[in-house]
Amino acid sequence: MLIRTWWCALTSPSDDGGALRTEEFELNMGPQHPSTHGVLRMVLKMDGERVVDCDPVVGYLHRSIEKMAENRTFTQVIPVTDRLDYCTSMTSNYVYVLAVEKLADLTPPPRAEYIRVIMTELNRIASHLLWYGTFCLEIGATTPFLYSFRDREKVLDLFESACGARLLYNYIRIGGVGQDINQKFLDRMIEFLDYWEPIIPEYEALLDENPIFYNRTVGVGTVPLEMCRSYGVSGPNVRAAGVAEDVRRDDPFAVYKDLEFEIPTEKESDVFARYRVRMRELRESAKILRQCYEKIPSGPYGLPLNYRFKVPEGETYVHIESPRGDIGCFLASSGGDKPWRCKFRTPSFVHIQLFKKLLEGVLIPDIMAICASFDIVLPETDR
Amino acid sequence: MDLVTAYTGQDVALVLIMLLMLALILGFIAGSSLILIWAERKVAARIQNRVGPMMTGPRKFAEFSMWTGGLLQTAADAIKLLVKELIIPSKTDAIPFIAAPVLIVTVCVTAYIVIPFGPAFSVSDLNIGVVHVVAISSLTVLSIVMAGWSSNSKYSLLGGLRSAAQMLSYEIPLIFALLGPILLAGGLSMQKMVLAQREYGCWFLLPSLLGFLIYYVASIAEVNRPPFDIPEAESELVAGYVSEYSGMMFAMFFLAEFANMFLVCSVAATVFLGGWLVPFMPVPDNPTPVYILLGILTFFLKTSFLVFIMMWIRWTFPRVRPDHLMNLGWKYLFPLSLLNLLICAGIAVLKDVYKLNGWGISLASLGALAMVMLLLQVVRIPRPDTFLEKA
Repeated sequence: MLIRTWWCALTSPSDDGGALRTEEFELNMGPQHPSTHGVLRMVLKMDGERVVDCDPVVGYLHRSIEKMAENRTFTQVIPVTDRLDYCTSMTSNYVYVLAVEKLADLTPPPRAEYIRVIMTELNRIASHLLWYGTFCLEIGATTPFLYSFRDREKVLDLFESACGARLLYNYIRIGGVGQDINQKFLDRMIEFLDYWEPIIPEYEALLDENPIFYNRTVGVGTVPLEMCRSYGVSGPNVRAAGVAEDVRRDDPFAVYKDLEFEIPTEKESDVFARYRVRMRELRESAKILRQCYEKIPSGPYGLPLNYRFKVPEGETYVHIESPRGDIGCFLASSGGDKPWRCKFRTPSFVHIQLFKKLLEGVLIPDIMAICASFDIVLPETDR
Repeated sequence: MDLVTAYTGQDVALVLIMLLMLALILGFIAGSSLILIWAERKVAARIQNRVGPMMTGPRKFAEFSMWTGGLLQTAADAIKLLVKELIIPSKTDAIPFIAAPVLIVTVCVTAYIVIPFGPAFSVSDLNIGVVHVVAISSLTVLSIVMAGWSSNSKYSLLGGLRSAAQMLSYEIPLIFALLGPILLAGGLSMQKMVLAQREYGCWFLLPSLLGFLIYYVASIAEVNRPPFDIPEAESELVAGYVSEYSGMMFAMFFLAEFANMFLVCSVAATVFLGGWLVPFMPVPDNPTPVYILLGILTFFLKTSFLVFIMMWIRWTFPRVRPDHLMNLGWKYLFPLSLLNLLICAGIAVLKDVYKLNGWGISLASLGALAMVMLLLQVVRIPRPDTFLEKA
């Protein structure tokens, strides 16, 4: 009976000339999976190892941050924005605070502007290091993760000394920052940079010339420039496609127009290019931090503001450069002490949309390489 | 009594000794795996700027240095896994599900019987020793496919099938790499292999350096260790074929992995690195107790060195993609292993015809290697990245 079934399967006429019948199956990757960066769920239709169709499902980490913001005073919203993107809380703080300041027409003192730049750049370093570690984990290299976390820890120590928190800072406030930083902090920062900048080549030495890594990343997950444009890709991911596009340069906020830095770009727009762009950005961040160390003025670190201050009626949109891309905040006020509407435009949400198109026809290991290379963070996506 | 003698053609005393040795091997596998797992964690820790397990074991040891801390960590883990409930998920095919971990350990123990730990010190020196090891250890893939299929989980299934594909593309270069030394030794027995290296006056590492490298790479793939751990790729398939296993059944897979690692390394040490031959020391005609002890020590040192390199590789490289792995196996290792066979044949002829001593053979093999390098320069084998599939 068994042999007969087998023989029928072998000899039965079918479209592909009597070969063994294969069928597609559905693979539910996530929300609990070692490498979906939190709780992304991907419903994959697979043909063996090859992906036929991919359907990314978001929303498992939805905490209604935007609605919560409507029921809090303008100041009380800041800790909520911490939870937007826990890898770069400073940036999410910053974009919201910038929107409030634009709406209320406040200008923070120059020292506060410099402190903000220092903090966001330090956070960019922390975020890129976290990305580097997890990206390497996803393509199967365990050791770089430990190296990057060893150094990320030092950045977090700096944050801890500045504001007492290591992950959710609630540091950038309306009109300034939470606490002033002292010379000791700045010296420690430079000490860290002196230690860490020679280590960046070590990170790269582990991967750049490694044929396994090279084969896993070059030519994988290529996003053509038109596709980047039509999907709204931003940040390092679009710079990997050869466009020198950076909000810090194109629409400068804070003191970025006084600082000199390059916008690293690569042409290929594949996983390897995105990796290269991020590694080069680490160096640029270090460069910016060193300039800030030289240029930071003394003076007040914030504006004296009433706790329940009111923001005049109106609406505004601001965007800044987060380590993941162009993060924006739309803020509308009805003249009270609470936002009437607060909406975030988050880069991860935009980048996840690419997956459906990009993952078609790739192998399972490439899913991980591609997803990791976009540096998506789920709390930011789901909000 | 008579039956035993009649059926085995061996002395009863010998059979008893073999049984004793087998018991020793079982104990050895369990003990060595415990030590290897601890060593792996320590090596990983050293590579990753950590100290690894430190809290288990005598406190004095941990205070002494990082390399002496946490000695009992694996024992604690083993006890934990032993007392855990064995979960057999309801939709699994229970019999193969339970049989798979048993089979993998059985296979592993069976393969160990021909390993020459020292002069006159192996369970049974079969005259087909090398074939025995290769044939038996290729059965591990059966157990992996069984585990993958019977788990009734998609990740497990993918892991099992990947393992089958990997085995096909790696077993063949592995066997062909071993053919070179077999040709040189003129036999398949493991002890003979060691003695042949004494006769040649140099380790087979030199005449078949290419073969050694191919064997080493292929054996990493054979024991499913990173960078070739695609059947259990953690970041892709959760845990591959072991996803659904728990408790001692999981521990058996784990134990088999480490026992297999020691096995392939000891085969490499025997076949390519002279096994128990003590370097720079003439082999006495009759093995003296001192030489036997020294031989065992040498064997373990050589094997441990190879095991250490395997651990080092594990914590350094990213994981290979399955299709790249097959590219490497079929397009590079397989042709190169044939080339290695050719070189070994040439050296064997030189040895027979010109009666070369160890130095002569070393020189000849270096010459052959130089010629291979030249050939590779002329032929220009394309780099692996040119085989990339454009998505």
